[in-house]
Amino acid sequence: MMEKGHGCSFSGIVSTSTFSCTIVVVTLILVRILYVILWGPRPFSRRATKPLSTLIVLGSGGHTAEMLNLLVVLQKDRFTPRFYIAAATDNMSLQKAQLLENNLTAKNGTRVPNTAQFMQIYRSREVGQSYVTSIWTTLIAMIHALWLMIKIRPQVILCNGPGTCIPICAIAFLFKVLGIRWSSIFYVESIARVRRLSLSGLLLYKFRMADQLFVQWPQLQRKYPRATYVGRLM
Amino acid sequence: MADRASDYDKTRRVVFVTVGTTSFDALVKAVDSPTFKQELFRKGYTHLLIQMGRGSYVPTKSEGGSSLAVDHFTFSSSIADHLNSASLVISHAGSGSIFETLRLGKPLIVVVNEDLMDNHQSELAEELADRKHLYCARPQTLHQTVADMDLNSLVPYSPGDATPVAKLINRFLGFPDD
Repeated sequence: MMEKGHGCSFSGIVSTSTFSCTIVVVTLILVRILYVILWGPRPFSRRATKPLSTLIVLGSGGHTAEMLNLLVVLQKDRFTPRFYIAAATDNMSLQKAQLLENNLTAKNGTRVPNTAQFMQIYRSREVGQSYVTSIWTTLIAMIHALWLMIKIRPQVILCNGPGTCIPICAIAFLFKVLGIRWSSIFYVESIARVRRLSLSGLLLYKFRMADQLFVQWPQLQRKYPRATYVGRLM
Repeated sequence: MADRASDYDKTRRVVFVTVGTTSFDALVKAVDSPTFKQELFRKGYTHLLIQMGRGSYVPTKSEGGSSLAVDHFTFSSSIADHLNSASLVISHAGSGSIFETLRLGKPLIVVVNEDLMDNHQSELAEELADRKHLYCARPQTLHQTVADMDLNSLVPYSPGDATPVAKLINRFLGFPDD
């Protein structure tokens, strides 16, 4: 009787301490996530002097054209080295990016392999794929994205949809929470989105994963107040 | 008015139809209908060139002469050349195709594919149609759009500018303004 009672109270103590430990850990994680969400999307107070490694997530067709328009005006000496990622089913986008980089090389005389790399990633969702099956394909894409992100660990991420950028941004967010790498995520919603954000844009907006989310139409900014209106890229 | 005048001269006036990388049979069928081709010919167009992509509906070819000459192909690496030599472009609603055509300053009718699951594409076409940069139609209303269109009322599109975004990104990261 005595022993049993003692055992009972001992396991009681153990379970209470594991319980409180769990509470503390969960609280710490939540605080960290809140910190990343609320304090993260603020401009650095210090001046950036060193170039930042930049990951550019290319979409397809129109998306790529918009992204390349942005890259043309970005200062290449600040955003270097550059890593380009496109869906494995999309060869055109990487070709176009390569063309842009080659033109730069011709101008500056630096070799492309030093400043730019091109990679492919499994796509989380094809155009027209149902939302249910895209859960499974997104999972596969996540694992591949994790592998790429561990290798690259970019300081800046530029993306403008479609689905390819979601795993990348989710992992980048995780890296921020875990303190592995603090990367600034910029998302430019496609010009094709006039009245509603795309699924990618909406996810990044709702979960506050992007540090800055840009939209190209004023009516979109009015609907999503935390977005920034920047005018048309095309 | 200009359309009437060119009825009588021998210059090529090409209508280029493009469906992009997917298939859009409803559009190809719509432009292949005899009444639609007559309408184009009446408007002074001499050639109809159709890029039909992965579509299964094959339009009928025609030599032209006393009617509209019709030709088609599936894909081409020189879409830009076809756009350049066209007098009127009828395009699917993909943003790449839309802006490439607008940049060339070509009159454009965008036809929205209502069969697409996530049909956000009509947003862009309708917005640009509201701003009078192009005409927006559905396959079943395309004939009426061509019959009613007044190309002189279209407003030229001025290309956008990426420098505001670049500036914001730089500022956020702490890089000094240029």
